[in-house]
Amino acid sequence: MYPRWLWRASALPGTVWLFLLFLVPLYAVVAIAFGDVSPIFQLPVPVWNPLDWHFEHMSQVLTLFAPSHELWLVFVRTLIYVVAALALSVLIGYPVAYYIARFSHRSRTTLIVLLLVPFLVSYMLRMLSWVNLLAPDGYVNSVLTGLGILRTPYDWLGGHGFVVVLGLVYGYVPYLILPLYATLDRIDQRHLEAARDLGASRFSTFIHVTLPLSKTGLLGGAAIIALPMFGDYYTTNILSGTPDTSMLGNQIDFYFHGGPQPTVGAAITVVLAAFLVVVMSYYLFSVNRAQKEMHAV
Amino acid sequence: MSVVLPVRAPARGGRLSRRLRRTADNPWGRPRFLGAVTWLYMAWSIVPVVIAIQFSFNAGRSLTAWQGFSLSRWYWGDPINSVFKDPALQHALLQSLKLAGLDVLIAVPLGVSLALGLARWRGPGAKAANFLMLFPLVTPEIVMGVALFLVFLHLFTFIHPGTTAQLLGHVTFSISYVVIVMRGRLFSIGRDYEEAAIDLGATHWQTLRLVLLPLLVPAVLASAIIVFAISIDDFVISSWLSCGSSCDTVPINVYSAARQAPLPSINALAAMLVYITIGVVLIGYGLYRLAMRGNRGSLADLGV
Repeated sequence: MYPRWLWRASALPGTVWLFLLFLVPLYAVVAIAFGDVSPIFQLPVPVWNPLDWHFEHMSQVLTLFAPSHELWLVFVRTLIYVVAALALSVLIGYPVAYYIARFSHRSRTTLIVLLLVPFLVSYMLRMLSWVNLLAPDGYVNSVLTGLGILRTPYDWLGGHGFVVVLGLVYGYVPYLILPLYATLDRIDQRHLEAARDLGASRFSTFIHVTLPLSKTGLLGGAAIIALPMFGDYYTTNILSGTPDTSMLGNQIDFYFHGGPQPTVGAAITVVLAAFLVVVMSYYLFSVNRAQKEMHAV
Repeated sequence: MSVVLPVRAPARGGRLSRRLRRTADNPWGRPRFLGAVTWLYMAWSIVPVVIAIQFSFNAGRSLTAWQGFSLSRWYWGDPINSVFKDPALQHALLQSLKLAGLDVLIAVPLGVSLALGLARWRGPGAKAANFLMLFPLVTPEIVMGVALFLVFLHLFTFIHPGTTAQLLGHVTFSISYVVIVMRGRLFSIGRDYEEAAIDLGATHWQTLRLVLLPLLVPAVLASAIIVFAISIDDFVISSWLSCGSSCDTVPINVYSAARQAPLPSINALAAMLVYITIGVVLIGYGLYRLAMRGNRGSLADLGV
């Protein structure tokens, strides 16, 4: 009913924008990672033609990723932090989403508004509030020493992995709860009633009905928070700031801003992106399978 | 609520375990444990921020010891260090607002038009464009930051790091959010209204202007609010495309000051963003309600 060209024309500006300012820039990272370095100033020179690519920087970076080398440690640390933060987020987020979706009645609106509050507060303020609380003379230390749990104030911000993990959980868990809540809320209550009528206990109803039905939301929420966590460098910088807790993002930041070798930084970025593409493919595969299972039920 | 339950098996064990088993087996019982976890989570997620905002009203210079209430000191009272007197803080606030405002003005029209196109354009290229639109949503910000930084340094060299580059970056990550929100609304209103309008003799242009666009207003408002909120919260893109201190936004300022013994003015600066975001959300929600008057749609239309 509309002229044919209309919708194509309507999609054009946005598509061109994303092509020029998203796709081309991504290619620029690859062109630098496989590019040249000018001999005098050691400045990176992008090589746009794949046929002329140099592989020495990339292979040099890849050897750094080999076990017991410099970047291997950082990579393993990043993986541990993200997996730990993800597990904790699910442990905290699932019960909360489940309770709000199934058991809150009069308090539901209040709880949903409270759930949205972190989205109105900037991430940096939320981290700053923990810097204030965890300071040597901050509230956390004064409460713990006041109760006699700690004898002397603990140096929370002195470079502890668990503080970084807790910071990541604090920062990202709202983004997990929201999609999870949406999925759990959409589950037809009659499924649960049927399971109960057929004699399943509360626990086995949860394991065999609710959990499988919420799998897509759970996987989706997990991907939504895991991807940015892999690229995070500011949380660990603000809550620890020592090389002992440095993540892959910190290395990229370092090679571009502190170090002299943007080419190495670009190569690490490519490795990170490639790793995430693999993780994402597995994720899409399992979501696909979960959806098929759901339709088969 | 008390419901008589059919007795299953006689419970064995002591009184406590019997009571536990009864609680676990009662499908109508209130799950007290889950409720406690939920409310504890809410407290954990909100109380630290409330304390941080409280300290922006501290009468003294400490961020850890409460020294009395002062409404104005760190906002405008202190002649050197308050948000409205310290040029750096003032400038960061303006930069954040400038970026967020311009981002809304550019990203929302681009995203609305892209969403319309993607929802209705059938043909080669539509699928690729759809895929391209989803990509920024799953790309970690640091990858996008590095990419834009390098492309402005080596290819689009006429754009230098600075406000323009920051704005281009913000629009790039905002477009996809607009498309997602618009798409939900487009699917839920369907094409019936437009077909009716055409049948009643409206031209294409009239249908677009008088039927479709008014129906999209609530989703446009919702996406404008979302774009404003994510733009004002952004740290990574702004920081990678920054030109130095004169391009600092509020999150960049907070980030660099956090571990350097800051004054409560940094809390006041960050709190300003919270007040502004809440204000924008409330105004947007008011307009949204106004636009949704007499409309049977709900938040679910937006895919929320």
